[in-house]
Order: sequence, then structure tokens, then C-alpha cells
Amino acid sequence: MSRKVDTAEGKRDTETRGRGDTERITNRVPASPRLFSSPRLFLLFIAALVLLYGVIYPNIHVVVASFQQNGNWSVSNYVQALSRVIVLESILASVGVSVFTVLLCATVGIPLAFLFERYSFPARRVFALLAALPLVLPPLVGTVAFIFLCGESGILARLIQSTFHLEHSPWSLRGWPALLLFHTYTMYPFFYVLTGAGLTRIDAALAEAARSLGASRTRVVTLILLPQLTPSLIAAALLTFMTSMASFSAPLLFGGGVRMLTLEIYTARQRGDASLAITETVILAAISLSALFFFQRYEGTRKFAAAAMKGSTKKRQPIARGGARSLAIACGVFFSLLLVLPVATLLLVSFAREGNWTTQTLPTAYTFANYVKIFSDSRASEVFLNSLSMSAIAAVAALLWSFCVAALLARKGSRKLKRLLSWLILVPWALPGTVVAVSIAESYGQPSLLLGSFILVGTFWILPVVYFLRFMPLVVRAVQASMEQLDATLEEAAASLGAGWWQRFTRVTLPLIWPGAIAGTLLAFVIALGEYVASVLVFVPTNRPISIAIASELRDFNLGTAAAYGVVLMLMIGVIMTVAARLERSRA
Amino acid sequence: MPLLSLKNLSKRFDKTPAVTDVSLDVERGEFFGLLGPSGCGKTTTLRMIAGLEQPDSGAISFEDIAITNLPAEKRGFGMVFQNYALFPHLNVLENVAFGLRARHKSKKEIIERVKSALELVQLPGYEKRRVDELSGGQQQRVAIARAIAIEPALLLFDEPLSNLDVTLREETRGELRELVTRLGLTAVYVTHDQEEAFALCDRISVMVGGRILQTGRPRDLYEHPAQLSVGKFLGRNNLIRAMRLSSSKSELGEFKTLEGGHVIRIPVADKNLVPLNQPCILAIRPEHVLVTNSTDKLENVLPVTVREINFAGATSSIKLDAEGLVLEALALDANGLSVGDTLTVVLPPERIALLKNE
Repeated sequence: MSRKVDTAEGKRDTETRGRGDTERITNRVPASPRLFSSPRLFLLFIAALVLLYGVIYPNIHVVVASFQQNGNWSVSNYVQALSRVIVLESILASVGVSVFTVLLCATVGIPLAFLFERYSFPARRVFALLAALPLVLPPLVGTVAFIFLCGESGILARLIQSTFHLEHSPWSLRGWPALLLFHTYTMYPFFYVLTGAGLTRIDAALAEAARSLGASRTRVVTLILLPQLTPSLIAAALLTFMTSMASFSAPLLFGGGVRMLTLEIYTARQRGDASLAITETVILAAISLSALFFFQRYEGTRKFAAAAMKGSTKKRQPIARGGARSLAIACGVFFSLLLVLPVATLLLVSFAREGNWTTQTLPTAYTFANYVKIFSDSRASEVFLNSLSMSAIAAVAALLWSFCVAALLARKGSRKLKRLLSWLILVPWALPGTVVAVSIAESYGQPSLLLGSFILVGTFWILPVVYFLRFMPLVVRAVQASMEQLDATLEEAAASLGAGWWQRFTRVTLPLIWPGAIAGTLLAFVIALGEYVASVLVFVPTNRPISIAIASELRDFNLGTAAAYGVVLMLMIGVIMTVAARLERSRA
Repeated sequence: MPLLSLKNLSKRFDKTPAVTDVSLDVERGEFFGLLGPSGCGKTTTLRMIAGLEQPDSGAISFEDIAITNLPAEKRGFGMVFQNYALFPHLNVLENVAFGLRARHKSKKEIIERVKSALELVQLPGYEKRRVDELSGGQQQRVAIARAIAIEPALLLFDEPLSNLDVTLREETRGELRELVTRLGLTAVYVTHDQEEAFALCDRISVMVGGRILQTGRPRDLYEHPAQLSVGKFLGRNNLIRAMRLSSSKSELGEFKTLEGGHVIRIPVADKNLVPLNQPCILAIRPEHVLVTNSTDKLENVLPVTVREINFAGATSSIKLDAEGLVLEALALDANGLSVGDTLTVVLPPERIALLKNE
């Protein structure tokens, strides 16, 4: 191509820009389709591989297996399962408990969020922080603490028994009430936190405008606030429902006659009834996924465009009137006590001398022996190393994976492919831990199509793999959230300056999403540290995680040791969460 | 041969057309403006030039080479974004050096070129500053330095001054023009600010609704808008609805205004001959409406009543009523006037534009 420089002006310009010109010419390549630059191809390959092995194959395998009997296609597994009263009961129990859990959590969490977000009273911040405490409590540890506190031979029951000189424990922590109480305690923070976040996002000017138009206080709440809160409330309801469906520790330890599906799957596997376990797993997965679709569908119809927020953010109203003020404080104190008591109980019991707490209200002798034991005995202390290393492997893998996904999703590309990718990543999150563990165990418990003769079950790697699958959606979500906050023009600026796709990702995107990504990774890490539901199904005796140690100490009635494990686990989680919160703040 | 050439570019977002059939040529060394109200497709056009959007149809060529599908990073065009898009995790040096690093320049050369780029935008010695410590004007300069450091083949501006306050905007405007001229660069500049476009650009394309309505030198656009929407968009205008009279035979066309029924004569060249007895629009700028008391044998003399006087600093805007026809005039000194006065105005024929009525 010849460049004509026939005008005087043109000549001057070529001379002044000489260096830039030659560069450009060498840079210029024929227009090529941009889709298949090689790093992208590589990432796509990795993503396809991980999803194939971790999500697609195991789930399809389980579904296929549930429709097979003696090597033939058949629905007889389902016919058999659904003709058993106990299976039907467990389906009803799971759904029923979850629905009631959602209702109870909403009843507790929403008013609490209003109280803490809209009004100010002494020590509000402390109470507000405490209210979110159950979020960081691993379910198993929470269950154990609850037994120590409210169980039929727990501190509260004994206190009442001894005060009123009763012959028997005043109650038993069993069945529906126990499950719902515990679920409400551990899951109401979903409503509390999400409603609170929703309330802070609402433009206060809207409420003020409504008031100025003559709407009463109740009309403002029902017509202005609640409709705008709907997306938050739906998200909270979804989280609560899914967590409740997946709940395992509580039904295991004090479910009594209420046999939820997760527990049924576990006992079926323990009995060796693999086909029943698989069938129930598919049923549980189907219910969870339908719930996810139902809620997301509803959520989509209720999105509001965020109105431009300028100036007016709602100031918290101080509660000035004497009566209301004392009532609010009293409620706050009472509530915080309720929240702190299980944890305090756990702490107390962890110092109790073993075998010393039989019929008394409180343990009578205290000692450090439980802590000494779990740290000095090598068999007892190795669980910390096990859990730490397995969680770390899973978390680091999840971080790398989420960058891989983020790089793929960040690019302009086929929208269908992106949606498929996001959806496949979401699946392990939406499925209860029991389902993930069973599907992996069933798929890789015998020589398989994908792994050949290598059998994953029974190796060290089974738990890190399950942890990774269960918690990587969290990290991906965190990374995606950071990416969404990222100014899109930054990448465009980098492109206009000549940076290719890989350079843009590593030099602009990556450094900016780093804090959010690390915070997400730490969250996944702490949840993996206390994981019990999936671990109990597939753990290897030589490589027990902390949760399994707690459960087995509990079974042997070493209550102090179990509590000590719980306290150490909570301390580790607390420290890591503080670091994560710091990172989160440094980003802002 | 034009340096940059757009041929029939069209772009839709989902179902909404953003840019429709846009063609333009930018000559080497030219400061070219894309002017239009917000949402008119000017930024989308610029982004297609930059390679940040792909046109649905049409072609872009640079130095006669098709670059329509060339990725942005291969084009070597510098771009200055409306929000500056400075990398918040990098300091000034690293921001300006970004494009040079991407070109794998030696460290020594990078330092030198960053230094000279920062001197050009009058920010010498700012290398180690964090970008969030800088004022808006300084960030703006860093963004410009970053774009010129790569010695761009073409410099693209997307409303770069719109986030600055008025004084700073005018100051930066002058420096920007001077800088681009001195470096002998070719620039495409997107703005919705007519004054800015007039002050900066050699030539301007006026865009409305995704289409280019008119391209030309600022003065031509201002004085001879080809269409009603251009006339409406560029500055204030008295738009007079009128009908061409069948009686007009001379080279001065005769028009009768629909309001007031005045007869106005203007020269009508054959090419834009308006059919007789068809409504059309006559446009005259307020500053061209002569307020006078003498009625020497001038054309287009109308008796008017003063309705409103708005003091606006250096000038005053006067609302006049000519028997139902409302006119706006601009006067340097409105001291002698008061509301209710009757006087005469002259609409000089050579100042009246005949617009297509769309």
C-alpha cells in the first residue's frame, strides 16, 4: 500500500510524527477474528475441564445411576423410594422445615434490621455487630453449643430443673421445635444482613417525598419501603431456604423424629443402600434447583432501577422517649445475650474437666487439659493441619479458578456461552453439600470414564476437591462483584494504549480486583475449615478434618474436648474474617 | 487522500439504532469535531474509530488501509476519555508509561518520553504522584499526556473537558488546541458544547439522532445551517415560519410570514429554490436583528413593540413583538429601551437563512 503524501501539510506531519509512524506500520496486522487468541483458548480449555470433571460428569452420573437398575434403564428406584413412607416423610420434612425456617427468620431478621438501621440508641453498633455473629459460626459448632446450652441436660434445662426441684428435665431438645429454633438462630442473619443492606441503599428522599405527599408512616412502609426491599427479601429467603434444605448437623444431633432428606441420604449410605441414597440425592438436588429457579424468576420481575442518589441518606432517628428507649435497649441486651450465650457456653464447657459435668447446672471443675490435649496429642492436633491444608488447597484453587472464569466472563463474547458458564458454576453452590459429596463419591468411587483406573475416593484429594467445588462459587461471586465495580473504560483505555487482552487483564483488571478476590477466598477458606456435611460422607480416617474430630469427641462424651475444638475453630475463623473485613474496607 | 475515512457506518444496540449511515473524512493534521446533543451517536462513532465498538455495517479506513475489524490495541490511536480512565492503582509515571510498556520500550526511553509528555501538559515532576491526589484538571492533563506519549497516529477525545469547571475548561481548551497543533497531530473531538467545538475544531460534523446532518467549517455551519435541526442546535435563532409568495419574480424571493403577515425578501439561489406557496422556515440570528429608528430605504423593515429585556452581562436580549411575530434581538446597550417602546427592526436579507422544513 503506497502512502501518498502529496500535500505540503501532509509532508510536514509525516516528518514530525516519523517515529510513531514506523511503529504503527509494523504493528499493523491484517484484520483477524478476535475470538481465538491463544490465552483465551487455554482458559476455555481449563474451564471446560474443571466443569466437566467437577460439575457435569458427577451430576449426570448420579442422575443416570438413579435411573438404572441391574444395568437397565428403569424408574423402579423412584417407584421404590417414593413408595416408602419414610422417604415421603423426609421430603415433606425437609420442605416443611425449610418453609417454616424462612418464615421464622423473616419474622426475626426484618424487624431487627429496621431497628438497627433506622434508629439509634446506646451501644447500637455493638448489638448490630453481634446480631451477625451466627453467620461465622460453623453449623456443627453451633449445634454442639446449642446442645450444651438448651439440650435436655444442658445448662438452661438443669438450671430450671434445680430451681424448681423437678424430677425430669423440663424439656427435650428434639424434633420440629428444636430444629426450627436452631435454624432460626443460625439463619436469621441472612434476613438481618440483606434487609439492612437493602435499607441503606434505598434513597431516603423517596420516603420523604411520600410523607410530603401526605402518606402516613404505615403507607410509606408498605408502599415505598417494602416494594423496594423485595429483591433483598427474596435473596434472603432463597439463601435461608437453600441453607435449611442442606442442613445436616442439626437434624443429625437433635432432629429426633424429623428425618430430613440430608440425614436420610447419610443413613442410607451408612446402611450400604447406594441406590436409595442416589435416588434421594437426585430428589434433594431437584428440589433445591427448582427453588433456585423459582426465586430467581421472581426476583427478576422485581428489580428496580437504582434511582440516582444525591445527598440525602437517611439519618438514624434517635429514640428519645424514655419508655421506648429503655425498651429498645432492653430488647437489644436481651437479644445479644441470646446470641452470645451459646458461644459463651461453648467457651465455658471447653474449660470443664472431662467427666465432671454430669448432673450439675454448671461444670464444677475447670482446667486447661482439654486444650493441652488437642494441641499436644499428635492424633488430636493433626486435624488442625489437615483442615488447614485441605481448605488452603481448595481456597487457592478456587482463587485461581475464579480468575480464569473472570478473564473469560470479562471479555465481550458470546452471551450464551457466558450464561452457560455462570450457570454451571452456580450449580455446586445451589446443591446441598450432601449432594455434592455423594455425586463426587459415586462418580469417582470406581474406575470411571474420566479418571480411568484412578479412584479419587479414599485418597487425600477427595476432600479438597469437594471443598473446592462447594465453595468456589463464593470466590467467583466475589471476583465478579469486584469486576462489576470496575470502571469499564479503564480496560478500554488500556486497549487504546496498545495493551492486548492478556496485558489488560494482568496489568489493569487483576490488580484492581485483588482485594475483593482475596476477601472472597478467605471467606471460602473459613467455611471450608468448619465443613462437616460433605466431610462426614467422604472423609478418610487418616486425614480427618476438625469437624469430624468434634463429632467423634462428642460421640465419646468428651464434651470438653469437643468444645475446645469448637473454640479454637471459631478463633481461627474470627481472625481470618477480621483480615478479610480489613481488605474489604481498604478497597473502598 | 483523507487520513481517516468512515464509509456508511451503522451500529445498533439491541434494536435501537445508535449510528446510522455515517460517512466522513478527516484530513491529515486536521482538528475534527463531532458535535451533537447527548444520545446523538457521536461517542459511539468515536468508539468505532477507536476500535472499542464494531460497526454492524460500513467501513473504516486509515491511510487507505481497512481497519474496520482491527482490535483497538493494534490501531495505535490515543484516546482521552470523558472520565479520564486513569488507572487508580498506578502513579502518574506508570499511567503515562502504560502504552510505552505495552510497546516494550526500553526503560530509559520510557522515562524520557514520560518526562517530555508531562512537560508538554505542564505537569513536570509529577511522576511519583498518586492519581487520586491530583485535581480534576491535573488528572485531565495526565490523561492527555498518557494518550500523546504513545505518539498516536490519531488522537481521539471523548468530551474530555466536560468534567472541568468553566474557567478551567476554557483555559485547557486553548492549551489543548495549541498542543495538538504543535505536535502536528490529527484529532477527532467529540463534544455537545457548541462553543467548545467552534473554538477548537477546523471542521465539524453536526450529528442528531445517529446521523450526520451537516459537515463544514464552524462559521459556515453557524451562518448557513443546511437544516432546521442544525439551525436549532447551533446557537440561538429566530425561526420564522413563512410561505413563498407566487408573486416573487426577482432574484430576491418574497416570503410572507405566517405570524404577523410581514413580507420578507431574501436572495434565493436556484439550487434551494423553495416551491411556491409551500411553508418553509426563515432563520436569523438574534445578533443580526438590527434594532434601529431610522427607516432608510432598507429591505425587511418591521415595526415592533418591546416585550421583554433580559440583561445578560455584555449584551442584552430583547424580546420583540412585530404584530404577532415574536423576534429576539441582541443589543450591546439596551439602556435607552424600556418595555412597551415601539421601534423598528431590520432583518438584513443576506443574514437570513432559508431552511428546509423537515
